[in-house]
Order: sequence, then structure tokens, then C-alpha cells
Amino acid sequence: MENPYLPYPVRIDDIEIATEDKSLKTFKFVFLNEGDEEKFSYQAGQFAELSIPGVGEIPIGIASSPVEKGFVKFTVFRTGVVTSYLHNMKVGDIMGIRGPLGNWYPWEKLENKNVVIIGGGFAFTTLRSSIIYMLDPANRSKFKNIDVVYGARSPGMLLYREELYEWEKRSDINMHITVDGTDDPNWKYHTGFVPQIVEQNAPKADKDTYAIICGPPIMIKFTQPSLVKLGYNEDQIIMSLENRMKCGIGMCGRCNIGKELVCKDGPVFTLEQINQTPKEY
Amino acid sequence: MKFITIDKKDWASGIDKSRETYQLFGPVKDENGCMIKKLDKDVQPDMEYHESVLSAKSVLFPQTEKILNSNLNESVEDHHIMKRSDNDYSPRAVLGIRPYDAKAIALVKLNFDTKEFKDPYWCDAYDATVFVGLGINKPGPFDFSTSVGTGPFCEEGLDILLADLDDKYLAKVLTPEGETYASACGFENTADEKESQALFDILRKEAEKNIVSFVETDKLKEKTILELHEASFWDDIAFSCINCGTCTYVCPTCWCFDIQDEIKQKQATRFRNWDTCMSPLFTRHATGHNPRGVKVQRVRQRFMHKLKYFLDKYDEGIMCVGCGRCVKSCPVNIDIREVCLKMNTFEKQE
Repeated sequence: MENPYLPYPVRIDDIEIATEDKSLKTFKFVFLNEGDEEKFSYQAGQFAELSIPGVGEIPIGIASSPVEKGFVKFTVFRTGVVTSYLHNMKVGDIMGIRGPLGNWYPWEKLENKNVVIIGGGFAFTTLRSSIIYMLDPANRSKFKNIDVVYGARSPGMLLYREELYEWEKRSDINMHITVDGTDDPNWKYHTGFVPQIVEQNAPKADKDTYAIICGPPIMIKFTQPSLVKLGYNEDQIIMSLENRMKCGIGMCGRCNIGKELVCKDGPVFTLEQINQTPKEY
Repeated sequence: MKFITIDKKDWASGIDKSRETYQLFGPVKDENGCMIKKLDKDVQPDMEYHESVLSAKSVLFPQTEKILNSNLNESVEDHHIMKRSDNDYSPRAVLGIRPYDAKAIALVKLNFDTKEFKDPYWCDAYDATVFVGLGINKPGPFDFSTSVGTGPFCEEGLDILLADLDDKYLAKVLTPEGETYASACGFENTADEKESQALFDILRKEAEKNIVSFVETDKLKEKTILELHEASFWDDIAFSCINCGTCTYVCPTCWCFDIQDEIKQKQATRFRNWDTCMSPLFTRHATGHNPRGVKVQRVRQRFMHKLKYFLDKYDEGIMCVGCGRCVKSCPVNIDIREVCLKMNTFEKQE
């Protein structure tokens, strides 16, 4: 019997400080056992449990992309017991990864569609995975226009800055980078909150356009009206939720919103689905 | 169907014989009252017990259980690599389990044994276990099992059902696993099938006549989750609740658990422990945000899970077997029967 609680052993291959305040770090892991990387085959939008023996586990969105091989990446905000411990670990340390878990963004449904990606703060990890996936030469032709609205408090708090500025230069993706505020006189991008930038820059809805939103609850709450103004229907707004989790496989009982379990039936839901459930997230 | 007569004089020696190949679990009295426990070699199950404080769920789902371990000493080759803990899944028999508790195990199985994932700890324990039930001749005043799809002589989830006939047990052998266990005990005195079944039918009817408590669940299905969730009665129900979690621990169908790690002298162990949806920590995010941070949300979660989410998700009835333990144990007299009535008769105000 496969044991869904048993993580794949991994080694920390690289640690990168992701934001200027050092509260986020990006960890690159390589699998210790041959064959485990194939078993961990995932889709953009899924998450995994980072598992530290003797410390605990944390559910984190997978930031690397299915088209990137040889490693998996996770960007982790230091906030609780396990994340604080992880932030103090070193390259070469051994730990575990359990997954991939949950569902993913509906890639088949999004084929031949315009995709608008909206992210805020450090909830940009699975969105990065998605963008890399869509921009891959093997996949780019499957999608029509790609727009990205991504905002953070300040320029130094944007995740994956190098990649953002690279994407900005490309013609096959429309980047709308924004910060809440900055005193940098050379800041070339937007200033303002995500909902406002969405309203001003995101494409108007038509039947072939879908929006994917990932961010703190407050950003999601205020971005919904902007999308409604632009004409998006509830089934065209795709969201990724977070809740406290333990098992990640739908058994331990805590992450439910109504009868849906965020870990197994989600984390990706359409707004239409979420509106049918008690909003306990 | 095979029936066996067991003289009570032969019961103890029979089950003692089965200890050669089975670990035994059964009702025993301790300082907390009657509990279902693993029986030491010299301990006999208390088959005269009336109700156990906790159900038999712990036979498959212990209150705390090791699931993984690893060695953190960097001088060993496989340090920090987690492995499944070496738990004992040798054959076991749980004796005298109440039929409603066996039904509860069948309901809990829906959670732990799914198409996508199997919980190996629960499933291995389940596969190792023979369930020897004891029919309830005189149901207690809190028993409402017959209105939730089980009853004092319900056979679901059992391998053997015993009927207590004063000086003897009449055993109905329901599965091949039950048959193997009966042979391991040396219980071979076959009884007439027709007569025995007739006797079981009489006992069942007599016992069911003694049940005085009922719930109605027929209208739960037609109501939406959102309208029940937003109903106005939750504040009243939750008002007296102190979130002690007793209802969840005594409940045979409550399966929620927590996972925790511990380190002792470089040996790391990952445990699975019973958890309770009554605790604010159950859902609190690391950021402090809590989707069920207020008491009424947690009380609502417990009843909505049992009486609506489970029903909608599996279409196997409600997640309650009518044992009445939560009603009896609640320190502030919150009564699932009353909550069920409120939910079942709820009409949305336009």
C-alpha cells in the first residue's frame, strides 16, 4: 500500500532570499532517490507538504513549473514554527516533500483562451509556475493573450523580480507590475493597489477570457468587484484558496469550506463554486 | 448463515484459546468507567457492560499513534529520512462491540479508505480486526440508533453478532473472518439456523420496542448547505457550549486528527492524534487569521459536518449512529437530536 504520509527524501540544493525584508526565501530541492522526481509529476497550481522530521509539515504551493526539470522550488514566508525552522536550514540539509497535492488550474479548459493572471504579495508562487508553463515554447501557442497583474508593497517585496523584468520585455505576455508605493524615482512600472490596476489594465471579459486570482483574502475581496465591472462571470474567475491543513489528502478534517476540502477538492475553485459554499477560508 | 451456541461457562476458556493467534480488545471498567481497551493476557472482557464511555473507534484509530520516525543523528547513513513506524498489525478481535459502534466504523471507513488515498494505518488495522458484536437487549434512554440506519441488533460492519441469552450466547457468524475467529476459540456447537434466526428476530423486535428516542432526517437532503449554514438558530445552539470537545472524543464517527512531531534524543517521531473541531487552533492559520475563530462557527461546523456535509458528500445517511454518547456526556446539555430537529424542520425565511 502506498503510504500518502511518507514524504520523498530531498536535499536542499539552493536557498535564495526572495524579498528585501528577508521574510521570504526560495528553496530549491533535489530528490535523493532516482525515480522520485517522476513520481512527483505535478501541474501548475498544485501544492506539496514540506516535511521536516521532528519539526512538522507545511502546505506550500509549488513555485517551480512542470516544464522545469531536475529540481522543485518553493518560496516560503517565515511565519510559524516550521517555516522559521526551514529559514534557518542550510544547503545540503535533508528533509522531505510529500505530494503533489490538490487540484490545479484548469489547463485544458484554458486552451485557446485569453488568460489574465492576478497576484498579490507572496501569493505569486503557483502563478509563477503557471506563467513559466504557459510561456514554454511547447505550450505558448495553446493560449491566446496572457496578461499578468502583480503587485506588492514595494519593489523589493516583489517575488521573482529578475523574471518579472524579463517577461516585461517580451511581446507574448502583457505585464502590469505594480507596487503600493515607492520612493524610487526611477520606478518604471505602476503604482497603486492591485484591484485598481486590474480595473484600468486588465482586458474586458468576453467568453474566451478567464482570470486566475491568488493573493491575500483582502486583495481577493477587493479584486472581485473590479473583475465584475470588467464583465467577468463567476465561472470565469478562478481562485486558489488556503486553509490550515495537516494531512493534505482529505482525511484530517480541518480545511473544509462546506463539504469541499481545500486540500483535496481544491485549492483551485471557480468563484461560482465558492459562492455555493460557506466562506470559511 | 451459521449459528453457534456458546455456553457462558465456555466463553472465557474459548477466547483465551484465541489469544494464541489474536490480540483481544474489549470492554473493561477503569477509573473513567467502561472503556474499550486492549486486554492484557489475564483480563476478560466485561460482557455485562451497558455502555462504554468511549466507542471502539480507538481499536483502529488510537488517540495517539506513531506514523513515521527518523533518526536525526548525522553520523548514521539514513539520517533525516522518514520511515513508516513499526506498529503491530497482527490479527486482533474486538469483543462485545455494540452494533452502532460497528456501523460507525463502516462510516469512518468512507474517510480513510478512498479511491484516491488509503490511510495505511487505519486500513491495516481494519484488515487485521475481527468485529465480534454484542446485541443490546435493553437499549438505554439515549439510544436513538434505529432512526439513523442502525439498531440494537444491526449486523453492518460485524463479523459475528452475539445475542445474550442469560446462560449462553447465540452467535450469528456473518463473515468468513468471523468463522475463522469462532474456530480459533473452539466454538463449534452449531445451532439450528431457522430457530436461531427466529430467536434473533424476536430479540431485535423486543429491543427495538425499548428505544424511546428518535430523530428525523428525511428533509435534510433537500435543503441547501448555504441556507442551513445561514440559519438563525446557530447562536442559540452554541450559546451554552464551552468548546470542551467532549462530544467529538466520545463520538464513534468523529475522525478528525492532528499531526505532530516530537524529538527525543535524536529520534524524531511523527504522531497522529485525535483532534477536535471545537478547538480554535483546529483551523487557525499561521498568520493568526481564523476561518472558524468564533465559537458559533465551530459548533455549526460540527453539526453541519455530521448532519449535512457528510450526507451530501457520500449519500450514506448522516454521520451519526445514534449511540447518544454526546448527549449524555455534554456538560451543558447540547443535544444533537434537538439540533437535527431544528435543521430538518428549518424553513428559509423569504
